[in-house]
Amino acid sequence: MKRLLTLLLPLALAGTGCSLISTGDGESAAPPPESGEMPGTVVLVTHESFNLPKRLVRQFEEESGLDLEVRASGDAGELTTKLAVTRDNPIGDVAFGVDNSFASRALEEDVFDRLGVTLPAGVEEYVVPADAGERLAPMDVGHVCVNVDTAWFAERDLDPPATLDDLADPAYEGLFVTPSALSSSPGLAFLLTTVAAYGEDWPGYWEDLLANDTLVVDGWSDAYYGDFTQGGEGGERPIVLSYDSSPAFTVPQGSDESSTAALLDTCFRQVEYAGVLAGAANPDGGRVLVEFLLSPAVQAALPESMYVFPVRDDVELPAEWAEHAEQPADPYVVDPAEIAANRDAWLQEWRDLVTR
Amino acid sequence: MNRRLLGLLALAAVPVLVVGVFFVLPVGGMLALGFWPDGDFAPGAALEVLTRSRTIRVLGFTLWSAAVATTVAVLLGLPAAYVLHRTSFPLRRVVRALLLVPFVLPTVVVGVAFRQLLGDAGPLGFLGLDGTPVAIVLGLVFFNVAVVIRVVGGAWEGLDTRAGQAAATLGASPVQVFRTVTLPALRPAVTSAATVVFLFCATAFGIVLTLGGTRYATIETEIYLLTVQVFDLSAAAALSVLQLVVVVALLVLAQRARVVAPVSRAPSRPRRLSRADGVPVAATLLVLAFVAIPIVSLVAGSLQVDGRWSLQNYAALGTTGDRDALQVTVTQALVNSLRTAVDATWMAVGTGLLVALVVTRRSRAPVERRVRGLLDGFFMLPLGVSAVTLGFGLLITLDQPPLDLRDSALLVPIAQALVALPLVVRTLVPVLGGIDDRQRQAAASLGAGPLRSVLTVDLPVLWKPLLAGAGFAFAVSLGEFGATSFLAREDFPTLPLVIFRLLGHPGELNYGMALAASVLLAATTAFVMLLVERLRVTSVGAF
Repeated sequence: MKRLLTLLLPLALAGTGCSLISTGDGESAAPPPESGEMPGTVVLVTHESFNLPKRLVRQFEEESGLDLEVRASGDAGELTTKLAVTRDNPIGDVAFGVDNSFASRALEEDVFDRLGVTLPAGVEEYVVPADAGERLAPMDVGHVCVNVDTAWFAERDLDPPATLDDLADPAYEGLFVTPSALSSSPGLAFLLTTVAAYGEDWPGYWEDLLANDTLVVDGWSDAYYGDFTQGGEGGERPIVLSYDSSPAFTVPQGSDESSTAALLDTCFRQVEYAGVLAGAANPDGGRVLVEFLLSPAVQAALPESMYVFPVRDDVELPAEWAEHAEQPADPYVVDPAEIAANRDAWLQEWRDLVTR
Repeated sequence: MNRRLLGLLALAAVPVLVVGVFFVLPVGGMLALGFWPDGDFAPGAALEVLTRSRTIRVLGFTLWSAAVATTVAVLLGLPAAYVLHRTSFPLRRVVRALLLVPFVLPTVVVGVAFRQLLGDAGPLGFLGLDGTPVAIVLGLVFFNVAVVIRVVGGAWEGLDTRAGQAAATLGASPVQVFRTVTLPALRPAVTSAATVVFLFCATAFGIVLTLGGTRYATIETEIYLLTVQVFDLSAAAALSVLQLVVVVALLVLAQRARVVAPVSRAPSRPRRLSRADGVPVAATLLVLAFVAIPIVSLVAGSLQVDGRWSLQNYAALGTTGDRDALQVTVTQALVNSLRTAVDATWMAVGTGLLVALVVTRRSRAPVERRVRGLLDGFFMLPLGVSAVTLGFGLLITLDQPPLDLRDSALLVPIAQALVALPLVVRTLVPVLGGIDDRQRQAAASLGAGPLRSVLTVDLPVLWKPLLAGAGFAFAVSLGEFGATSFLAREDFPTLPLVIFRLLGHPGELNYGMALAASVLLAATTAFVMLLVERLRVTSVGAF
């Protein structure tokens, strides 16, 4: 045993490449492309859920002659904050992933430059009203919806809930779990759902929800994996806040029915935007990249790579999605300007309700 | 200024520069943004937040939870340090290595395991602890008890037992020996460990949110909320300053309590366990059970697919997950983690050694002592300040040549080394400080130069804690999430980032993979710790 370990130590050190300062820089050392009409690098800053298939990255680099460098970290809120504090010396050329709950902050802080990109068909529907697509180009759309464990309700001969009102119905007492609006982006979306649905009366609805023993946990992973009955960890609650796309992931092996369903009358629309940063080092390359992100090839890849729907209406959805991930026809929407104006007050009021 | 003081400052220059550039500058930049909102000094908006009753409540909860968690960790850690570092029993090293595992586990995974245990349907559900402050404290203790065991155990190991034996011969009971002989000798180490644990607890982020739900906020979670959600940088800056004030006050207190007296050291063989060790053994078993239960439930979960036992989750580690949830395979992320950890470790140990040497040399004048004291506290600061403030600060200050580093892959190991540095320093200082300076004088009078004196007097004693510190730094780097997630580049994610990403997607395979990846992370950490333990053993022969 002792000898074995002594032998393994050098091996372990060798395995790490004895990295003295070589951390991952090897890949970026590739020589700049020689062909193409626009040599140089374009830097895309985004959140950590961003995922562009490698073949599309290659396609972009071949077509444009640009090198694409992706810097992804944090969530949409962190991304927007980063852009705001670094606006005098931006951290890249293009930002992807500012969503409708943070769009107004980005616009107010002037972090985006004029885009000058013609939006393809179907995309106008998703622009920020105050901006009309001049700075922020819609990229993808997803919905935060209440999900239910259909098997759980079938076993008990109980109809699953269908509406927001149902969640406060004593028949569903103690069955709903949602992430916190303070620390989770879908959690904030659900708070906005209730604001859109109940207007001024949203605090009253939340009082009912809490009186019906709704559980509020830290993040989406805690809710879905820790407390939801279909989450794999022996959770206790068959109703959870998640996404419209989630049911496509809970199709058991050998079955073609998903074991969960999204309640399409409880959905809030989340749109993600991209734009060229003001003061970018390579604004022209940035525009080429935004146009590429709006191209049918990228839009069609969005569902599989990022679990969201394309904003273009002329691309086809993957078969599994078409079957299991239904989009709500009439989701709740709150104007980004209104969100920006009230977010702090709503969050404070919500916090006081939940922590009372 | 005399030459000694100049020498001291020269030696301190490198670590001071490192911490200055990568910590003071960014935090200062972020504070400036808060206090000079539009270029004009306007502290009014910032100070207003300090008068809110919520701020006072949050501060109170932060201090309370950190103090209780630190006390519990020390009370549980002391007997375990004794059993694991002074007595011998089979598998001792394996147990010591396993105890460091909590240090690297992702908080979400631990949170789920804890809540399963404490939740209404869990085996401990009858205690009704789910979502209470007690659950938060338990979580904090879980993550930090290893710090006490390591730091105190390292000092205890090299303690000369003869004074205690003499006291016992003179009729002192074991309790009296412990209280009057052992404890005073251990005090610097205990204070060191407690300070580090307190700072870790006071700045804990994920575990507070996961176990406390939305009900409990600490200064750290509040700074995050104010910065990212509310975008009130003035209020966030005020809270960061408040955090700094608390940390500095704590460090001053700790320094008073840590008055270092020379301690006689001699290599001693670990004793066999005897009946007299009943109490510490019982306490150690309690710690082990406490640490083991979440880990066992994690391992069990990782071995199940569809309610059946299976290795499928482990087989999937070579892939990028269900529907390519990841950019790289989990195994590739492990290699990334190990490479980053090697860099973070040499940075932390190199700087830490310099710092420890500087702050422990005996002072000849009050000025000198004060300078050393200041330096000592200065290097603890990174542990006590919000990672959010530091993270955003790095982006806005290190953005101009010659320090245009914000895109550099180097920032990740540097940030991790900054977190590990205080641990390395606190592991080395009690031992170095305990060396009787007369030994160095004796060496000098026998004709040894300064280097020779370090090699023959300091190094033999320092070798073990140095390895312990390196192990610590390695574990910190392997498990670090906050700073890494902020700075890491997408093509080079570490294992904790990959686990977080898997946990962010629905799908049973992704969840199973996240559990298996956490086990892989834990096993890697335990394995590296075991190797470190091996090296420590061979070093005994060198005495």
